[in-house]
Amino acid sequence: MKRTRYIKKFLLLAPGLILIVLFFVIPAIVTTIMSFTGMDFRLKWNFIGIANFYNILKDFLVPRIISNTAIYLIGTLAVFNVGLSLILAIFTTSIGKRPGVFYKAIFLLPRFTPPVVYATIWMLILSPTKNGLFNSILSVFGIHPVNWFVEYPMFSIILINGFIGTSLGMLVFSSAIESIPGDYIKAAEVDGASWIQTIIHIKLPIIRWPLLFILAYNSLSLLTSYEYIMLTTDGGPFYSSEVWALYAYHLAFSSGQSSTSFRFGYGAALSVFLVITGIIASVIYWRVFKFKEMMSEPQIEID
Amino acid sequence: MIKIKKENFRNILIYLFLTLLAMPILYGYSRLVMSSFSKNTLKGFFPDEFTLSNWRFITGAARTTSGFDVIAAYPSIYSCFLNTLYLALGVTILVTVISVLVGYMLSRFKFWARSAILASTLILHSFPAVSLMIGLYYVLNNFHLLDRVLGVILAKGGLFLPFGIWVMKGFFDEIPWDIEMSSLIDGATRIQTLYKVLFPIVFPGIAAISILSFIQGWSEYLFVYTFLRSSETWTLSSYVVGALGELGVTDYGFLHAVSVFYMFPVLIFFIFTQKYLMRVSVGGMKGGR
Repeated sequence: MKRTRYIKKFLLLAPGLILIVLFFVIPAIVTTIMSFTGMDFRLKWNFIGIANFYNILKDFLVPRIISNTAIYLIGTLAVFNVGLSLILAIFTTSIGKRPGVFYKAIFLLPRFTPPVVYATIWMLILSPTKNGLFNSILSVFGIHPVNWFVEYPMFSIILINGFIGTSLGMLVFSSAIESIPGDYIKAAEVDGASWIQTIIHIKLPIIRWPLLFILAYNSLSLLTSYEYIMLTTDGGPFYSSEVWALYAYHLAFSSGQSSTSFRFGYGAALSVFLVITGIIASVIYWRVFKFKEMMSEPQIEID
Repeated sequence: MIKIKKENFRNILIYLFLTLLAMPILYGYSRLVMSSFSKNTLKGFFPDEFTLSNWRFITGAARTTSGFDVIAAYPSIYSCFLNTLYLALGVTILVTVISVLVGYMLSRFKFWARSAILASTLILHSFPAVSLMIGLYYVLNNFHLLDRVLGVILAKGGLFLPFGIWVMKGFFDEIPWDIEMSSLIDGATRIQTLYKVLFPIVFPGIAAISILSFIQGWSEYLFVYTFLRSSETWTLSSYVVGALGELGVTDYGFLHAVSVFYMFPVLIFFIFTQKYLMRVSVGGMKGGR
């Protein structure tokens, strides 16, 4: 009797588990093993020990890439994903339901646009000609057009990713704010609190927990995201906007700026570095933010 | 004397700020659409001359003025459209069905692997797509799934599953046990309970997961670009990038028209399903960039 129940449970779980193992776990393992080989397009497993990792330390591009990644991460996180989304959440919840939803929808739009289209749109906004949005604004002040992607690549990629990242935080924070019973705020206002005081003392404390979550989650996502960068500057010009994840991809799959492509082994080693960083960060977040509380025990089970 | 309430003054400032910030977005999207109908696309914000020739890929008719029309080199837009649809629907069905089942199981049953699976789904999120790309290439190659849309469906679905499972589990966790208990006491089997009683309650979660999966599948670019090479397997994202990448000779009108064509379905989808996605708490969350 017990056996058939066990098998039934297993069958329900099986497809999901198989998929996750096949397309998540195994690639991760394969990549890790690959990082110890010198594999290239010939797809041969020739093990060379830790030579790849040693090469990373010697690679003259790596310091530049690390600084790019750090600037990208901190810049996008601080300004957009956390900072701006907070501001947006507070603002859109202060102006009434309908306008709030309208603006939220506008800021949500980038997230739901296919990346290739979004990149094309930004090429229009940041167009080097004098009729891109930014350049037209500049021309009002008499400043001549700027080739944004070439002269300010880091600024461009932070901007582009920022608009996407800010929408998630905005949604989460405004849900949190909207869940505050209206009476709290009314009571505070009756007691003479100003709008700013209601923000500082009522709304912000509610946001504390989601804020930590967004911080953690977004930092991990940013560490590993490169799709939009690839579609716009592609790490250029000359690696000035190349982030770590993109570098690994370039080395493995395309020529990018250099002609040595399909260096799977080296790319795998770079990826492993990234993964380890991600895991360390996750563990730190787990401990510091006590995410354990999010995993509650299951309900009573009748078997 | 008009009495300007402090609140109204503040609201005006807020509107100003929000509109200013929304400027790039509003500008970008409207310019894209307008430029797809204009002859000289880089001249400025407002369209130059109205033309439909940028949209000629819909009928496949080549432009008569220039000798070689770039459209001839591209696969039919409809085969790309179908591939994209196949990809999106495939991912959606895969992720929704499995997330619901596994989420339910993880929420209701204690068993030995439970905490391991839960913890691992969170840890897996810290694995970047990049490290998996190389390994995925290898796995797909081994199963002869490279250059087939099915391969991308499985890979994309597999990567999206941990998130879907977390969300569905969260939704199931919210339901008090009594509801199920009373249904089981009334004689329903577990499956019937799941189907008739629980589904309606967790419907927002199911809706959110399906919507997000569909959009993920439809918008997919990276996997498609890396794993699908031959033109029969092109999706709309490959098509757009193809239009983008002609060295220096980009037909911007064409590019913009194709972009609008690609974006249009998800836009409509987004407008209609918006209300399901707005109500999001920390328990159920959109993953991704």
